[in-house]
Amino acid sequence: MTPPDRPRARRSARGRFGEKAVLLALAAAATISVLVTVGIVVVLVEEGALFFTDVPITEFFTGTQWFPLEGKFGVLPLLNASIVIALIAAVVAVPLGLGSAIYLSEYAPERLRRVVKPILEILAGMPTIVLGFFALDAVTPALQMVFPGLGLYNALAAGIVVGLLITPLISSLSEDAMRAVPNSMREGAFGLGATRRVVSLRVVVPAALSGIVASIVLAISRAIGETMAVTLAAGTIPNLSWNPLEGMQTITAYIVQVSKGEATRGSLQYDSIFAVGLLLFVVTLVINIIAVRIVRKYRTVYQ
Amino acid sequence: MTTNVDPEKTAKDSPIEIHLATGAADGGASPPAAGAQPGATSAEPSLGPPIFRLHDLGVWYGNHHAVKGVTMEVPKNAITALIGPSGCGKSTALRCLNRMNDLIPGARVEGRVLFGDEDLLSSDVDPVDLRGRIGMVFQKPNPFPKSIKDNLEFGMKVNGIKPTAERVEQALVDAALWDEVKDRLKAEAFSLSGGQQQRLCIARAIAVEPEVILMDEPCSALDPIATLAIEDLMKKLAERYTLVVVTHNMQQAARISDQVAFMTVEGTAEGNRTGVLAEVGTARQIFSAPKDPRTEAYITGRVG
Repeated sequence: MTPPDRPRARRSARGRFGEKAVLLALAAAATISVLVTVGIVVVLVEEGALFFTDVPITEFFTGTQWFPLEGKFGVLPLLNASIVIALIAAVVAVPLGLGSAIYLSEYAPERLRRVVKPILEILAGMPTIVLGFFALDAVTPALQMVFPGLGLYNALAAGIVVGLLITPLISSLSEDAMRAVPNSMREGAFGLGATRRVVSLRVVVPAALSGIVASIVLAISRAIGETMAVTLAAGTIPNLSWNPLEGMQTITAYIVQVSKGEATRGSLQYDSIFAVGLLLFVVTLVINIIAVRIVRKYRTVYQ
Repeated sequence: MTTNVDPEKTAKDSPIEIHLATGAADGGASPPAAGAQPGATSAEPSLGPPIFRLHDLGVWYGNHHAVKGVTMEVPKNAITALIGPSGCGKSTALRCLNRMNDLIPGARVEGRVLFGDEDLLSSDVDPVDLRGRIGMVFQKPNPFPKSIKDNLEFGMKVNGIKPTAERVEQALVDAALWDEVKDRLKAEAFSLSGGQQQRLCIARAIAVEPEVILMDEPCSALDPIATLAIEDLMKKLAERYTLVVVTHNMQQAARISDQVAFMTVEGTAEGNRTGVLAEVGTARQIFSAPKDPRTEAYITGRVG
C-alpha cells in the first residue's frame, strides 16, 4: 500500500533566493521606520536642548506667559490650551463614540452596521483643515446664537470639531472591542432573563472595558496632537485660561505659526518650536504608554 | 435486527404515543421509582406529569427548515435527554423552550410549546421574563468576567431577587461548588477550572430560582472527571427541577436521563438537511428496545 519510493527533486540553493530577498526587503522596511522615528526624537532632543541652554527649564514649565518676541517662554498657556481643547473633544466624542459603538455592536442589524461603520470611518479620514473651516463657518456661528458675543476664535468650537474628528476612532475601536466579546457571554446573560440593555451595558461593555478605555485614551492623544482644525478655530493668541469661550493657542498651533516662517532659523523663537514639539511628543507618548498598559493589564483573554 | 419486535411492546406504533400513554397513566407519581404500570410496558419506569408539551414544533433559519414536526412531552422533575447526530437540530429544538432562537436574526419558530397551559411561542409571552423561569446552561462554560459572587448576583438582580449572601451560598451549595470557592467569592470567575466554571454557570442558573434548566451539551468542553461531577449534580437537581439536556454522548444520556428523545437528520429534495424527532421514550426503552430503525442504528454505533 505504501507509495513507491520516488526520489524527491532536490531544490537548488538558488531556489531559496526569493526567500532571502523578501526577508531582506522586509527587514529593511522595518529598520527604516525605526531609524526614522529615532531620528525624529534625536532632532527634537538636540534642538530642544539648544533652546533650554537659553531658557531655563524651570521658567519654561512655570512661566504663565508665552510671548516669544518679548522673550517670555512660559509654556503653560500653550499646554493648557491643548488640554482644554482635548477635554472638550473628549466630552463630545466619548458619549457619541461609545453610543454609536454600543448601537452598532449590540443593536444594529448586520446590514445597517455594514453601511454605517465605513461611513463613520470616513469621518476619521476627513482632512482636518476642512474641519477647521467647518468650525469657523458653522460651529462658531451656531454657538454665537447660544453665547452672544462669542469671538470668532474660541476653544469651544475647536474642541467640538476635534471631538467630531476623534469620535470615529472611539466608536470604531470600541466596537471592535465589544464584538470581540464572545457571543456565549451574551447568551449567558440573555439566558438568565437579562434585557438587551442590561446585556449591553452590564455584560458587554464591562467585558470590553480595556479596549474601550484604550480607544478613549488613544483618541485623546490624537486630539492633543491635532493641528489644523485647532489652528484655524481656536486662534493664535496664547492665553492661559480655562474658559472655553476664549480664543487660545495650542502647542500645535504655535508650531504651525512659527514654522510658517515668522521666525528666522537659529533664533530663539525658532528653537522654541523644538522644545514645545518635544513636550508634545512626551505628552502623547506618555498617554499612549498608559493606553498600552491599560490594555495589557485589564485585557481578558477569551477562549 | 429491527424486525425483532419486543413482545412487551404493546399495540402502540408511535413512540410518542407510547410516551403519552405512560405519562397519562402515571398521574403524578415520582420519577423512576415505581415499577409496573397497568396497561403500559411492565419494565418501563414511570415518568411524571408533563411540564412541556411540544406540538409540531418547527424552526426555520431564513429559508432553511432546520427542525420540523417535533411532538413530544417533557416530564416534570425528570431529566430528558435530546440525543442524535450533529446537525440534527437538538440544540435548536432546545432553544425553543426558552425562546433563545428569538435572538437569531431570521429565525422563525412554528408549532406550539405548551409550558403548563401557556403557549411559549405566543407573542404575549415576554421572552425576557420567560428566561428567568427557564434557565439555561451552555456548551462552553460562559461565566461573566466578574467575580464569582457577582456572577451569581447578576441573574438575581436582573430577575428582581434581592442578592443576599445566603442566596449566593445556597446556589453554590446546590451546584456542589460551595466548598471549593467559599473562601474566594471575590475571585475572578475565570480563575476557576473549566468544570468549576460550568458548575458556577449552573449555580448562576439556579440562583434565579427557575422551574426548568435547559442544558446544551453542558459537558462537551470538560474532562471525564469534571463530566462525572456535573452528571451527579444533574441527577441531584432533577429532584427539584426539570432538566432538558442536549448531549451527543449516548453513555451520558444513558447514565443520567429518565426520558430520551432521539433526533435525526432528513435530507430534502433541495439538498437541505432538516432535523426530525425519530423517537422518544424512557431511557431504558430507547437504549434496550428502540422502535425506530434509525434510533437503533445510531445507538448501536452503526450510524453517527
